[in-house]
Amino acid sequence: MSLISTDHLAVRLGGREVLHHVDLCIDAGEIVTIVGPNGSGKSTLLRALLGVVAPSKGRITRKPGLRIGYVPQRLHIDPTMPMPVARFLSLPDRQSPARMVEVLARVGVPDVARQDMTTLSGGQFQRVLLARALLSRPDILILDEATAGLDQPGTAAFYRLIEDVRRELGCAVLSVSHDLHVVMSASDRVICLNGHICCSGAPHVVRAAPEYRALFGHGTGGALALYQHDHDHDHDHGDHAHAG
Amino acid sequence: MLDDFLLRALLAGLMVALAAGPLGCFVIWRRMAYFGDATAHAAILGVALALGFALNLYLGIMLVALAMAMTVAALAGRGWAMDTTLGVLAHSALACGLVAVSYLPGVRVDLTSYLFGDILAVSRSDLVVIALGAGAVLALLAWRWRALLTATLSEDLAHAAGLNPARERLVLTVALAIVVAVSLKIVGALLIAAMLIIPAAAARNLARGPESMALGAVALGGLSVWGGLQLSLAQDTPSGPSIVVVAAGLFLLTTLGRFARQNRSTR
Repeated sequence: MSLISTDHLAVRLGGREVLHHVDLCIDAGEIVTIVGPNGSGKSTLLRALLGVVAPSKGRITRKPGLRIGYVPQRLHIDPTMPMPVARFLSLPDRQSPARMVEVLARVGVPDVARQDMTTLSGGQFQRVLLARALLSRPDILILDEATAGLDQPGTAAFYRLIEDVRRELGCAVLSVSHDLHVVMSASDRVICLNGHICCSGAPHVVRAAPEYRALFGHGTGGALALYQHDHDHDHDHGDHAHAG
Repeated sequence: MLDDFLLRALLAGLMVALAAGPLGCFVIWRRMAYFGDATAHAAILGVALALGFALNLYLGIMLVALAMAMTVAALAGRGWAMDTTLGVLAHSALACGLVAVSYLPGVRVDLTSYLFGDILAVSRSDLVVIALGAGAVLALLAWRWRALLTATLSEDLAHAAGLNPARERLVLTVALAIVVAVSLKIVGALLIAAMLIIPAAAARNLARGPESMALGAVALGGLSVWGGLQLSLAQDTPSGPSIVVVAAGLFLLTTLGRFARQNRSTR
């Protein structure tokens, strides 16, 4: 049985149908990446899978007892709340100090346990978020733009870490990202989303799909072009019809 | 020497501080300060209703405070501007309460004691109610502590961990209504929010973790009650405001201490 699957999922937010007809399933151990332009419903899809927003149509099925490790895009900790890293890792379930030390070392921030969360750098903060997600021994890691605040080397290092962790723990990884070049090479499957699933499949298949090119071929400008090889260039400059 | 009424006053105040400390931390962390105010102001309407319908005073206050807190929470959930909503509801409830009290036939109500509290008039049966209320709030918070902390940090993280943030919000709403109901006699409707916020804010200056902040809030709240009663006795000042004055003094001291520490560490 799949870890999570959706069946004709639709989500309305503020009267607007943000997602419709989304059929998707995530199997144990696979790395799936959702890409899509701003406003395409990527984060909404994750929030629906987490149970934060309710579907307006369709169904979400989770494997019974599914453990989700969630790494949010960012987490604002109110400065009125003192929160040392070690305490944060024990929320909501108590963790043994030995395991906390082990996991912090694994994600590359061995010395931060006694620091307050607000004193961490952006990269350290994301690694602590990942450590917290790993401590619950998740069946699936869900990452929402987990590298949004990181620079290029930081982002690449973070995704290498995710890949390593996946190999060690065998958990599935579902992520949403803008960093197409990094993410796509590391994924088993890419889902291209724009209100609905435009196309999906292995990274090289999706990259070649006309629907994907319609969304990303030119719209992202230089940022994407930088990381595309020459033979990947799309020389069609015509107006793109809405795909799907 | 502690006279009997003074002992009762001290006990009542300490029990309120015990419940208000940790709850006040959540009020601060979740930026609900004005929310506490609104609930407290509605308590006056509760007093009027309780006297008008010959209900138990605490029950009347708690019901109205709960209704108020739920209304505010529901409106906020629908995306209403929180400060405006609270401003309208809090002061309307207070005004309606004051008007309603004036209609009560043949009842002479000492309004000042409800607005500013009269801790020295706490009776034995009041003590029992306060003990039950404070105990219930502490038990509720202790039971849900980790879930409450997680939901306060991030509702998404709470969802991912299988918790229901809406339920945790309800826990805090109910706890708030109980604290308002039992502390009305001690500090009064106008100053209940102060008992929630000031000790917790002072404790933030000293604490390194959420638990130590909650404990610190209890300790500083207790100290405020004791100091306020001493002040009230020595200077013949009103007891509720005296307690808040001492709490404010403690806030000032801890804040200065924090600045001094920061200066030393950056130098």
